[in-house]
Amino acid sequence: MRNLRFAPEEIIETIKMVQTEQLDIRTITMGISLRDCCHPQLAAVAAKVYEKICRVASRLVAVGEEIEREYGIPIVNKRISVTPIALVAESADSDDYVLVAQALDRAAREVGVNFIGGFSALVQKGMTRGDAALIESIPAALAGTERVCASVNVASTKAGINMDAVARMGRVVVDAAQRSRDRDGLACAKLVIFCNAVEDNPFMAGAFHGIGEPECVINVGVSGPGVVLRAVEREGTGLDLGDLASVIKRTAFKITRMGELVGRAASARLGAPFGIVDLSLAPTPAQGDSVARIIEAMGIERIGTHGSTAALAMLNDAVKKGGAMASSHVGGLSGAFIPVSEDIGMIEAAAAGTLTFDKLEAMTCVCSVGLDMIAVPGDTSAETIAAIIADEAAIGMVNRKTTAVRVIPAPGKGVGDWVEFGGLLGRAPVMPIHTESAAAFVRRGGRIPAPLQALNN
Amino acid sequence: MSEGSKRVIVTVIGEDRIGIIAAVSRILADAEVNIVDISQTIMQEFFVMIMMADMKRASLPFEELKRHLNAKGEELGLRIDAQHEDVFRFMHRV
Repeated sequence: MRNLRFAPEEIIETIKMVQTEQLDIRTITMGISLRDCCHPQLAAVAAKVYEKICRVASRLVAVGEEIEREYGIPIVNKRISVTPIALVAESADSDDYVLVAQALDRAAREVGVNFIGGFSALVQKGMTRGDAALIESIPAALAGTERVCASVNVASTKAGINMDAVARMGRVVVDAAQRSRDRDGLACAKLVIFCNAVEDNPFMAGAFHGIGEPECVINVGVSGPGVVLRAVEREGTGLDLGDLASVIKRTAFKITRMGELVGRAASARLGAPFGIVDLSLAPTPAQGDSVARIIEAMGIERIGTHGSTAALAMLNDAVKKGGAMASSHVGGLSGAFIPVSEDIGMIEAAAAGTLTFDKLEAMTCVCSVGLDMIAVPGDTSAETIAAIIADEAAIGMVNRKTTAVRVIPAPGKGVGDWVEFGGLLGRAPVMPIHTESAAAFVRRGGRIPAPLQALNN
Repeated sequence: MSEGSKRVIVTVIGEDRIGIIAAVSRILADAEVNIVDISQTIMQEFFVMIMMADMKRASLPFEELKRHLNAKGEELGLRIDAQHEDVFRFMHRV
């Protein structure tokens, strides 16, 4: 057995992770710079964008599938992120960027990726003409395309919160929902509003290719809530929390190694540098692929009850610690995601009323990202959406972390109704939110100043 | 097959029966793939056979070999698969 190098138990463990515990590479995301696609005419910008994506990403899907077969590890999604389109399209005279969104959509279909991210603007400090044009184009762009994802960064720890942009995004979310009312407001599932957005996130809908990134880069998002859940169930009985954290760390290490392997292989074969592994626990609606279930296996009867925030904080940190050891470059969002509609345990807890909007907000203080895939009543005002965005941005700004909002005001629906997106986006009950107004606060506009970086209590 | 190592791990999982090793060895021999090592064990009531094979002189591309193995597995009512050894090296060795 000297030559085999692996114990049969090790080999079986790996195969089981893939076969029964839903270990997968969630995404290989190719970041592509479109900074050389500027042109005074918007139609020419769109044509250049389409041509460049089709050229650079032509082999992405084929290579992804080849790696998948060779290593026997599913790679669920192949995706593309691009330079924030506001930066690219601003060179043109037109202010309606839907044409560029359509070019992105066509390019995504041509190369065979299911999502393309980067219909984006970075406006944490203020807006240029191109930023404003992009934001105004978002509702029509998302309602009129299939695969394009949009994101807007409205705040950062260094710049504070741009409340004019926040107010505008409140209106954009409502408008996007209305324009996709026949699909339960699906356009909003493709729109993320960030504080402290990261430039190398491979996960949708918030992926874009940051301005400090190279010409082309390969980023990998790994997942595996199912693997962590089984490890906690199998090895966690009777352990104190320190030892339980070690079990999670070891498991996160193994999951992340797969991301590192796939990232290196994809980078070598595509001739593009390897960027980062994002070691997030990203749930899917599939049974057993749930972050909520991990929290529950740790001893919380149902996610959302008291203790959930502490359990999530520990899970999130243990995942990072295990993953950081496993990869030469960890980046992106890296942590546990808690989208409501995409996680069977979250859906059940929300339907039961255990998981409330306010508890979700509290949980976002300690895990990666934010208020994600939450359906709220269709008559929620733009000012209330803006206030939700402002709250979440404040959490990110003060805690020096990325936070985001992806809420769906479900057109024509109220508390107790359900939205159905299907596929990875899942389904969710419309959750109650506060009905008292924050409109006067939102309408003040201006910027919330950046917080002190000392006196941290 | 990727640069570097040309070694693959062939795994057979299922119910034990006569001729499994012979069938898998035949496919590998036909493809001019050298068997470096074999291990078999019973794990949680399943027969598990693991082979390390070297594809340095293989006459078939990896994907085709994998298809032959998968097909033989279906014929015998077993799960037969092949994966590049890096999957196991990355996960279990630092």
